[in-house]
Amino acid sequence: MVVMKMKFPFEKRVKLAQGLWLLSWCTTVAGAMTFTLGCILKTELRRRGEVMDNTDIHIVPNTLMIVGLASLGINYFAGKIGQDALDAGRFPRWKNFLKPYFAISCFFTVLMLLAVIMSYAMKGSLESSLKVGLRNGIRFYKDTDTPGRCFQKQNIDRLQMEFQCCGNNDFRDWFEVQWISNRYLDFSSKEVKDRIKSNVDGRYLVDGVPFSCCNPSSPRPCIQYQLMNNSAHYNYDYETEELNIYIDGCREALLNYYMGLMNTIGAGVLSVFLLQGSVLVSLRFLQTSMEAVAGKENTEIETEGYLLEKGVKDTVMEYLDPVLKFLLLKNQVQQGAETPGPANA
Amino acid sequence: MAVLPVKFTKTKRDKLAQVLWILNWISVITGAILFSLGLFLKVEINKRKELMAERDIQYVPNMLIAVGLIACAINFLGGKICYDCVDTTKFLRWKLIMLPYIVCTFFFTFCILVGALMCYSMQGEMEESLDIGLAEALKFYKDTDTPGRCFLKTTVDMLQIEFHCCGNNGYKDWFQIQWISNRYLDMSRKEVVDRLRSNVEGKYLQDGVPFSCCNVNSPRPCIQSQISNNSAHYNYDHVTEQLNLWSRGCRQALLEHYTYIMQSIGLTVLVIWVFELSVLTGVRYLQTALENVLRQGDPDSESDGWLLENSFMETARTNLNIIKNLGKCNQVDMANNGDPNINVPCSSKATYGPDNVPPQQQPGTS
Repeated sequence: MVVMKMKFPFEKRVKLAQGLWLLSWCTTVAGAMTFTLGCILKTELRRRGEVMDNTDIHIVPNTLMIVGLASLGINYFAGKIGQDALDAGRFPRWKNFLKPYFAISCFFTVLMLLAVIMSYAMKGSLESSLKVGLRNGIRFYKDTDTPGRCFQKQNIDRLQMEFQCCGNNDFRDWFEVQWISNRYLDFSSKEVKDRIKSNVDGRYLVDGVPFSCCNPSSPRPCIQYQLMNNSAHYNYDYETEELNIYIDGCREALLNYYMGLMNTIGAGVLSVFLLQGSVLVSLRFLQTSMEAVAGKENTEIETEGYLLEKGVKDTVMEYLDPVLKFLLLKNQVQQGAETPGPANA
Repeated sequence: MAVLPVKFTKTKRDKLAQVLWILNWISVITGAILFSLGLFLKVEINKRKELMAERDIQYVPNMLIAVGLIACAINFLGGKICYDCVDTTKFLRWKLIMLPYIVCTFFFTFCILVGALMCYSMQGEMEESLDIGLAEALKFYKDTDTPGRCFLKTTVDMLQIEFHCCGNNGYKDWFQIQWISNRYLDMSRKEVVDRLRSNVEGKYLQDGVPFSCCNVNSPRPCIQSQISNNSAHYNYDHVTEQLNLWSRGCRQALLEHYTYIMQSIGLTVLVIWVFELSVLTGVRYLQTALENVLRQGDPDSESDGWLLENSFMETARTNLNIIKNLGKCNQVDMANNGDPNINVPCSSKATYGPDNVPPQQQPGTS
């Protein structure tokens, strides 16, 4: 049961070969673009790597880079085969190459689609990674004298100013953490001692935020300390005041940024996937229609081209059989060696 | 005696024409680059318009934009001319236009040079404009309720955050102006009233700075208020503390930024000027070589190309004479009793030979 049979007169074959050559060059450029997009995504993820707990999300740009490089090779060969297809003398030398070539090309094309699906599916993983990373960043904000955490304060400050956000979920995260180091607290002062005693863990907690949470668009000078105390500031109501500090949480801001980036990249890669698929389909039709011409005297006859000779299931089994045989080969030899032993005894 | 003569064989002339055709197209691209550089500079200046006082600095990017557009047009025409110059018959089409074209392009390259030099000379004006503009902007920082100045606070804050600077010359500029609006001052408090009274103009001055002056690289939380008072903060000495606030003044930061941009643009324009001048020299050699070929009559022969036919002084004298005599065609000659009907032949009129030549006898007819 042949899949998608089509008739190919000589002119149509010529047009198909020319179209395939042009398409393969376009897809080569598209493959290079995919590689570049993967590099861009990886660079962006690494830039904020300090606020991410794990690197699971890096599988998306890594896959894109591998697929981009592979498509360069696939399309190079597709162009060469397309060029040789119409020449009856040169086409037979590709005969043995084509079966593994199609298998590998289909694998990488499916991998491209998988990369796009993964970029949507890994949103949850990215969110939990950011949650833990940001929580640690805020906890270690004050440890500018601890090796390995010296630059945590800088990173969090820059992040909050660039993404216009404050804290993990919102600015109240700063109230639960001691973000002023003990080195800068005067322990002889009564106020400091009271605050530390009032807390179970002996931490100096304030209802204040660092300066990087301040919103430059606010019409009044920034109020950083005693945020919940209306009487501490003139003409101030913390419930209605929206412009004083950033109200967005950094986790949401970062998540939106990265999902937007991955959506844009995903749309581009999807179109590259369609291009690549059409290259492979055209090459398959060209190959099958040229095989029918082989050996005949008149090369300008009309032939039939098809996608798959047998049905889909049979073709998949045909390709998997040699792979399975190779993997199971060792077991079969061992079984065969054991049985003659008892027979000879 | 010609200036810098070079002998041109036919192949050499053709090669020159082809090379010049390509170079002219490259010059169109460089003209587009000039245009985009002017546009970029204009955008950069307009971005910080609110921080600059009124000065004549817009003429530099405008000049670059105009020069870029004209360069594109001139080199496009030059490309067409050089493409046709390979064929001597097609050259005849352009023969009359070529000399005025070369003269125009020569004066135009001066404009490019002037554009490049203006980029370097703009620095003084820019510094003055920034100084006055920033001082005004700091004064009106608190006026977020005055129409026209609502966003000055945001602009100054973003400037200080982006360029890592504080105040005009340094952070102490903030001590001399009232940057907290009266709307947010509790006039019933004694401390506020005391401060206002202690100042001649009734301004609320304090030794504090806005949050945008805070240095991100500081290891301790930012100290914004009571900066000069060591005892107000634990383990703090304002004389030795370097990392708390940004130490640079915004005028210096902005000036460095714009100087860097303008020096890069000026250098690029100078390189483009040298390139245009070399293309013009090539076109001049091509024009003189082709004209000499036509004068000799044989299109495949060798010919001379030069920059100027006679020496520089003689050419200048001849041109001045031509300009002087240009108006003389229409002048009435007093020697003939002022009669305008008498024909006075012009020196610049073309002579077609005598008028009384008998018609030629045809061989076949009688």
